[in-house]
Amino acid sequence: MQAIRIAAAIRDGSSSTASGRDLPLTRRQFLKGSGILFGTLAIGTPLAALAPSPAWALELKTLDTATGETLLKFGRVLFPHPSLPDAVYAVLVKDLDAMAAADPKLALQLREGVAGLDQATGGAFAKADAAAQLVAVKAIEGSPFFATVRGKCVTSLYDNDMTWATFGYPGESWSKGGYITRGFQDLKWLPAPPESASPPPYMG
Amino acid sequence: MGKIAFDDVSAVVIIGSGAGGGTLANELCQKGIKVVCLEAGAMQSSASFINDEWKSFAQLAWLDARTTSGSWRIAKDFPGLPAWICKTVGGSTTHWAGASLRFQEHEFKVRTHYGAIDGASLMDWPLTLKEMEPWYAKAEDKMGVTRSNGIPGLPGNNNFKVMHAGATRLGYKEVHTGRMAINSRPRDGRGRCLQLGFCFQGCKSGAKWSTLYTELPKAEATGKLDLRPESHVTRIEHNAAGKVTGVVYFDKDGRAQRQKARAVCVAGNSIETPRLLLMSASDKFRDGLANSSGQVGRNYMRHMTGSVYAAFKEPVHMYRGTTMAGIVGDEARHDTRRGFVGGYEMETLSLGVPFMAAFLNPGGWGEDFTWWMEHYSQLAGMWLVGEDMPRESNRVTLNRDVKDKYGNPVPNVHFDDHANDIAMREHAYTQGERVYQAAGAIRTFRTPPYPSTHNLGTCRMGARAADSVCNAFGRTHDIPNLFISDGSQFTTGGAENPTLTIVALAIRQADHIADLMKRKQL
Repeated sequence: MQAIRIAAAIRDGSSSTASGRDLPLTRRQFLKGSGILFGTLAIGTPLAALAPSPAWALELKTLDTATGETLLKFGRVLFPHPSLPDAVYAVLVKDLDAMAAADPKLALQLREGVAGLDQATGGAFAKADAAAQLVAVKAIEGSPFFATVRGKCVTSLYDNDMTWATFGYPGESWSKGGYITRGFQDLKWLPAPPESASPPPYMG
Repeated sequence: MGKIAFDDVSAVVIIGSGAGGGTLANELCQKGIKVVCLEAGAMQSSASFINDEWKSFAQLAWLDARTTSGSWRIAKDFPGLPAWICKTVGGSTTHWAGASLRFQEHEFKVRTHYGAIDGASLMDWPLTLKEMEPWYAKAEDKMGVTRSNGIPGLPGNNNFKVMHAGATRLGYKEVHTGRMAINSRPRDGRGRCLQLGFCFQGCKSGAKWSTLYTELPKAEATGKLDLRPESHVTRIEHNAAGKVTGVVYFDKDGRAQRQKARAVCVAGNSIETPRLLLMSASDKFRDGLANSSGQVGRNYMRHMTGSVYAAFKEPVHMYRGTTMAGIVGDEARHDTRRGFVGGYEMETLSLGVPFMAAFLNPGGWGEDFTWWMEHYSQLAGMWLVGEDMPRESNRVTLNRDVKDKYGNPVPNVHFDDHANDIAMREHAYTQGERVYQAAGAIRTFRTPPYPSTHNLGTCRMGARAADSVCNAFGRTHDIPNLFISDGSQFTTGGAENPTLTIVALAIRQADHIADLMKRKQL
C-alpha cells in the first residue's frame, strides 16, 4: 500500500498546480529536501479518482532531483507500463531515497549507477530515446545497482494500490464478505463444470 | 490454560504447534496427558490475519536467517528464503492451502516399486497404506475434509472453471474441486468458506482447518495444555543414560528457560527439526541427537514443483475464491512410460498482484514481464506438485559462519534437483500448458518453483537404525523418549500435499505414546 504515502505527498501539494515553479513560497520552504519530483495524474482516470488532487509532489531526503528523475525513468525501462502514471514510479524513487538516507553506501551506489546510465546515453539517460535507454539498461543487467533498483521495483511498483486499480486487482475482500456472492464463479465464456466436479455453494 | 512447572518431569514437551505438533498436543491432552507446547512464533487469530500479501508475510512467515546452496534456482532467486513456512501459533497450518490427499499404496513402498535409482536414497516406509487407512480416516474427520465423511466438495471458482474445461478437453478424468480441509458447509463450530481468496494469508473466516483455532483450543479446554508462544527452543538436553530430560528455550522477553520433560516431541518443520537435533550435540552424542545413522538433516525433500500461468482473451479473476480451488489427479500415478518414476498433481493456484510480481519470474524485467502483469485479470494459474527423489546430499546442515539472534548457527539448505525431478517437471509444465491451450489460452508461462512449502524427510523413518532416524511411530532409534512429530519423518515424499499424512501420523503417534506410558515404557 505504498500509495498511501505518496497520497500524503499529493495531499500536501494540493494547493499548487503541476509545476514546481508555481508553488507558493511557503510550500517551497516546506519542501526542504535535497530534491523534488512533481507530476500530475490525468483527470478522469480511475487513479485520479483515488487521489485527493491530480497534482503530486515528492520531496527527496538524500537524492537530488536529477538523480530522482533518472531513477524514475530507469524504473520505466525496467517495468514499462504505459498505463501507469509517473506517480507510481515516483514511489520507487521515494523508496530508493529512503534506502539511500539510511545507508550511505547504497546512496553512493545509486549516484554512481545513475552517472553510469547518463554516461552510457551520451549525458542524460532521462532525455535519451527509448532504444538508447534500453541498450544502457541491458548493459548493466546483473550489476548490484541494477539488482537494487529492480528488486525495489517489485514492491514499490506492484505492492501499490494505484497499480492494483489499473490492473484490476481489488486487494482485501474480507470487509466485503469475500466473493461467495460477488462473482467467484461468474466466468461465462467456458462451459460450467458438472455438479459432481463442482457442487453448488452452500448458502444456508 | 493449565500451567506446568518448569521442573515438572511428568509432562510431554512438544516443540512446534503446526500440523504435527498442534495435532499431537490435542490428541495427548484428550488422553489426559500433560503437554507443554513451545511455539517459536507469536499468537495470531482470524481477527488479526491480514488480507494483504506482504503484510501477512511479515506477520506469519519464518523470517529468521537461513542460507542456501546447491544448483536449485531458489539459491539464486531467494538465497535467504529456502522455504515459505510460518513462525506463528498454528505453524504453517495458518498458511497452507488445505489440500488433503492420502498417499497412494505404492508411495509407501517406492524402493520396491521404483527399484534402485542412481543418486537417490529411495527406501520403503516401515508402514503400509492399509496400516495408515484408519488414521487417515480419523484425520479426515478431524479436519473436515471435503469429499470424505459425507462432506460435499467446495464450489469451484473461475480459476477452476478454466482448469476443468481444459483438462476435460484434454481427456483427463479425475478433475474436481479437490479434497480440502475447508468447510464447504458449517462444521465443527466453524463457518463455511466465504471464497475470500486469501487462503495463504491465514483464513479470516476460520473455514480452513488450522491447529490455531481447532486442535489448540480443544487441547486447552482439557486443562492439560500449557501453550507458550514466542518460546524458541535452542537445545534438547539429556542425561548420562542417554534419555532426554528437557529443553532450553528463550521466552518472549529473551530470557533462557529450562523446561523438564518426560518425553520430547520435535515438530519444528523439516528445517528447524534437524537443526535442533544437530545443535543439541553433546559429548555423548557428538554428531547431534538421534544421529547415529548420520541421516539427521539428509534426504531433504521439497516436492517437485513449478507453476503454469496462462492468459486468455476474456477475464478470469483467478484471485476470487479459494486459492487451491481444484485438482487434476490423472498424472499422480506411477507410470514410467512418461520418462520418470512417481507422479504429480495439478492444483489451481492464484497469487495477488504483489506476489505475482515477486514470483512469476524472479529476476525478470522488461516488456515480457510487464505483459503478464497487465493481463492479470485474464490469467488462470496452476501449481504442479509431485514426488521428488530423496538424496543424501540434499541436506540441512549448520552454517557456523552465520549466527541467529541467540548466537546459534543458522541452517543451510542444500538442494540439487535429481534428473527424475527435472524430467517430471518438464512433463508437468508441458501438460499444464496443454490444459490451458485446450481452454483457449493466448499465452502460457512456466513459473519456476516458489520457496518450499513442503519440507520433508530430514529425520526419515525406517525399519533399521543404521539408515534411518526414527521408527514407524516417529520414535527415534537412539533415544527412547525423543520423537519426531512432523514431516521430517517422511521416508519419501509421495505426490500428495503432505499435511493430511502429517496429521494422520501425529494421531497415530499420540496413541503410541499413550500406550507406552500405560505400559510404563516411557
